[in-house]
Amino acid sequence: MKDKKFFEREGVQSVIASIICILIGLLLGFIALLIINPKGAPQAMFRIIGNFFKWNRGDLKLENFGITLVKTAPLLMCSLSILFCYKVGLFNIGVAGQYVVGACAALVGVFGFNLNWIGCVLLACVAGMIYGIIPGLLKTFCNVNEVISGIMLNWISLYSANMILGKYVATGAKDTPELHSTVEYQKALLPNIGLNNLFNGNKYVGLGLVIAIVFAVAIWIIMSKTKLGFELKATGYNKNAAKYAGMAEKRNIILTLGLGGLIAGLGASLLFLTDFTQWDINQTSVPAMGFNGIAAAFLGGLHPIGAIFSSYFIQHITDGGSYVDLSMYTSQISDMISSIIIYLCSFTGLIRYLLKRRKGGV
Amino acid sequence: MNMFEILMQYTLLFAAVLSLVALGGCFSEHSGVVNLGLEGIMVIGALGGALTFKYLGTNTSLFVIVIMVLLVSILSGVLFSCLLGIAAIKLKADQTLVGIAMNMLGTAAATVIVKSINLAEDPTNPSSEITYISGKKAFTFIDGYEFNWFMIIAVIALIAGYIVLYKTRFGLRLMACGEHPQAADSVGINVYKMRWAGVLISGALGGIGGICYITAGVSSWKFEVGVAGFGFLALAVMIFGQWKPQRIAIAALLFGFFKALSNVYSGFDFLKNLNMPSQVYNMMPYIICLIILAFTSRHSRAPKAEGIPYDKGMR
Repeated sequence: MKDKKFFEREGVQSVIASIICILIGLLLGFIALLIINPKGAPQAMFRIIGNFFKWNRGDLKLENFGITLVKTAPLLMCSLSILFCYKVGLFNIGVAGQYVVGACAALVGVFGFNLNWIGCVLLACVAGMIYGIIPGLLKTFCNVNEVISGIMLNWISLYSANMILGKYVATGAKDTPELHSTVEYQKALLPNIGLNNLFNGNKYVGLGLVIAIVFAVAIWIIMSKTKLGFELKATGYNKNAAKYAGMAEKRNIILTLGLGGLIAGLGASLLFLTDFTQWDINQTSVPAMGFNGIAAAFLGGLHPIGAIFSSYFIQHITDGGSYVDLSMYTSQISDMISSIIIYLCSFTGLIRYLLKRRKGGV
Repeated sequence: MNMFEILMQYTLLFAAVLSLVALGGCFSEHSGVVNLGLEGIMVIGALGGALTFKYLGTNTSLFVIVIMVLLVSILSGVLFSCLLGIAAIKLKADQTLVGIAMNMLGTAAATVIVKSINLAEDPTNPSSEITYISGKKAFTFIDGYEFNWFMIIAVIALIAGYIVLYKTRFGLRLMACGEHPQAADSVGINVYKMRWAGVLISGALGGIGGICYITAGVSSWKFEVGVAGFGFLALAVMIFGQWKPQRIAIAALLFGFFKALSNVYSGFDFLKNLNMPSQVYNMMPYIICLIILAFTSRHSRAPKAEGIPYDKGMR
């Protein structure tokens, strides 16, 4: 016997709320496309929603599906970092900077120390963790809001990464070297563990996706089944009550942001060690991965398992955005849709309330 | 012009931006709403102003350009800040999340709009850049110097802000809503209206700050980069200024100086001889900001009720 009817269960309601957010976001995006140029709007919308379905051969579809998955892994890690910290009452917007630091550390591991992939991944974890601890210390000991310090640290990380990785870039080039092209760097590539065969031999697909999903499940278990998770959540609900109950609330805050940083840093290494993308030392804005992670975390109803699906969705429409007809539209239309979705996600409480009231009235 | 004059000009320019935006944040927070969306408001205000420059063309008189650009920037900022008002006041949403969403939306929407306009004019030009060389001149009042009307506007805004907050009935009521909204409500002040006023004023000031920022020393802007964290620097100025207009002015000058230094350091021989990478100067304002915040936030006098949605039914 179930205690509650299907539609009254909290999980079901969050899923419905998220789907409503997605639908409104897509609708507003479609209206924007219509305003820019009504002629190609339906096709552009199908390109955004369809993403890899644009390719007409099955093997190409699979290969491009794989590419979206490769980018989903770091996005999922970023969104896990956000939602993990949010459960403890911390808004870890510094995730973008922790991601940058992780990427930088992983690449220094490759080019500077010539480590294998395990070494590079560990280096990225440590760097991300240290970078997450900084706002934690500032918050607990100096009362600095973690959002403000996070933003400042994001910009500092960007310029630092450009400076540090500049040493390994060939003169005249702007990107760090590709890992596949040099024999001594190849040991730093993440193993494919056979997954590449599933995606038409896409050489970028591999361990990263598995690690990200394992982390999602692990965080779900930690938060809902362990004493540590309970303490962290209690600290998030009421810092003073947690302190009164004998929990080390300062330690919990620092620990949370440190773990959040570790997750984000690890996420960055999962992308850069596949060799799918290189670090561009001339970039002037912090990579969008961290900010998209915020969208994914809230769209997934702040649930680690929900984040797996929402991360994939956000990456799916972001990649789809690059397939719109670029002589009429721009790929940033997807960013716009994602940001509208985040804005709407702040109302999920309201949507759930409306759902409840409707059911109550019947 | 020697380098110190240039450094001083840029310091004043950036200080004008920071004090305008920080003052906006100050009004919003005193009414009880945390406005993390200032960055997005700046982008949208800048977009409105830049488009006005573009469409007014070169034949319009300078006076009309100045007035129109200011009006459109203010209006754009105010309209965009309604997103915060609706979510934070009406629907009682998480103000941090709304602010972050507004920042992302501001940059993404501005990029889409500018790129679409550029593409419609020339299908081979997918850039997000608007150029306004002649329009920008309208705002400078001495030839060859970067001094402009925004500095005057910033000073006026700071003085007006001080008077409004501390010497008028409206200002004192506004601050009451940020300190103890239930008490304010009990003596007949409409908390929702006051909070709307705070948010809309911050939208107006953020909008001017945006157009001020993209005309500071440059005459074209790529909207893809947003405003490079300036909205958050302004929030840091506000915190360092302890939510008080007179202190915000001093904080803005300090932060403006370091930002200016990162722009013009290469003109100073002794700085150039240090041979530090340009990135070090680029991150300087942010590092200084963190250090100053670390030392000044301990005894912060933030409005007590900021960030908490007001609910009449709550005690």
